Amino acid sequence: MAQYAVLIYAHDSAHRPDATPEDTATCDEHADELTHGGSLVMAYALTPRDMATSIRADAITDGPFIDSKEVIAGFYVIEAPDLDAAIAIARTNPVVRDGGGVEIRPVHGGGFVQRDSRADG
Amino acid sequence: MTEVEAALADAHRREWARVLAATVRVARDLDLAEECVQDAYASAMTAWDRSGVPDNPAAWLTTAAKRRVIDAIRRDVALRSRLPLLVVDEEEREPADPEEQDMEELSAAVPDERLRLIFVCCHPALAQEAQAALTLRLVCGLPVPDIARAFLVTEPTMAARITRAKKKIATARIPYRVPRPADLPERLRAVLAVIHLLFTTGHTAPSGAALVRADLVDRAMHLARMLSSLLPDDTEARGLLALLLVTDARRATRVDADGRLLRLEDQDRSRWDRAALAEADAMIVSSLRAAPPGRYVLQAAIASLYAEAPAYEQTDWPQLVALYDRLLQVWPSPVVALNRAVPLSMVAGPEAALAEVETLEGDERLAGYQYLPAIKADLLSRLGRTAEAAAAYRQAFDLAANEAERAFLARQLAAAD
Repeated sequence: MAQYAVLIYAHDSAHRPDATPEDTATCDEHADELTHGGSLVMAYALTPRDMATSIRADAITDGPFIDSKEVIAGFYVIEAPDLDAAIAIARTNPVVRDGGGVEIRPVHGGGFVQRDSRADG
Repeated sequence: MTEVEAALADAHRREWARVLAATVRVARDLDLAEECVQDAYASAMTAWDRSGVPDNPAAWLTTAAKRRVIDAIRRDVALRSRLPLLVVDEEEREPADPEEQDMEELSAAVPDERLRLIFVCCHPALAQEAQAALTLRLVCGLPVPDIARAFLVTEPTMAARITRAKKKIATARIPYRVPRPADLPERLRAVLAVIHLLFTTGHTAPSGAALVRADLVDRAMHLARMLSSLLPDDTEARGLLALLLVTDARRATRVDADGRLLRLEDQDRSRWDRAALAEADAMIVSSLRAAPPGRYVLQAAIASLYAEAPAYEQTDWPQLVALYDRLLQVWPSPVVALNRAVPLSMVAGPEAALAEVETLEGDERLAGYQYLPAIKADLLSRLGRTAEAAAAYRQAFDLAANEAERAFLARQLAAAD
């Protein structure tokens, strides 16, 4: 088994701060599907492009790092035996039928960091 | 050439893919497999000299290559544990020791072995230029310098392109597997497109003096034949082979004795390869009967209909327009719409065809496509609009990169002026 990151490219994220469950229903249902299928390792939905801040050596600017029609609306990591299996899982993402798309990247390493409990306070 | 050298050259041309494909499954590393197959071919020279050419050269070479793989793995277990290995399905893995296998059985057991290799090389996760290069290297066994020359890039550039593709196959875990039936049509399209690309690159070399790079054409033909024999029920694989056969049957007559390009109507039809045309025709007929025709079957049918006529004037133009209409349905390409204008001009007159071509001029996918102004120029000159025809010929001339085509357009231009 290998891990693949799936980056979701959409016109924008449906997860506005005031988003209702209806607004994000398609995303949530897909996340449930992947969880039940046993392939999902972790997942994050991001807030819309208006909330993004980009940082370069000479400036801090409002908006996504790359000025493009699509932004990364979220990302998740799946586990699959090979690229064909990963493609089969990733292409079921509703964004693919909705004018956007996904990018698959094999994961090299990483994971959650074990944090010192004192840092939480 | 000695008998052994001839046998070896023959085994290289015909059996390389089979030997490499079987070796890859054991090596689970494309570079290691390639190296061991190359060694096996080198060792065959002395071995066959000593004890004669074996009955089944492919089986001999496969066994020799696999033995080298196993030795290499034993020698360097540590290195191997750090490499990402090719994904090979568990139940299909080879027994570790090739000596356990009967030689005859080996050659007959896995007829689709080469398909795995072809599908890995033409995986859509690889760029098409990388797919083409990998196919030439791994399936045809063409040396990297030859591939670099075929694509007009330097050797280091081509070597880097191939290395990067191999790295992606291993790291992203592109599996060494024939796609499942549900994915097969889509994946096969990529394979057919690569073979077609190799053929067209060879057929009208994009630049340089010679119109045909014969070696690429032969390799593409070999691949199309291989694919069609490996997938005998697939009409599109058969259609592609038929298309290449028909197109190539005219190879000898596309240029005159001085290397100047000849139009279809000026070519000597008596010198066309009738055997190839007949072979293609049988394939087209059987494909048309078997299934609703796809892109390649229809393209082959069109090319075949052009070739079938005893003289250019006797071409079945209405039938051609009908075939182009069907082709446009399965493959709505502006290039197809443009080519349809040629038979249309014979059925409905140059004026009607010109109107179609002028509509297509607005399609940005055809911007810079030299055949658009060339066809337009021909229609204009048939309508007696010589000044406009000359301008269109000039436009086509400026866009053409192939010397033979430029010379042809220059002559048309001079005649129109």
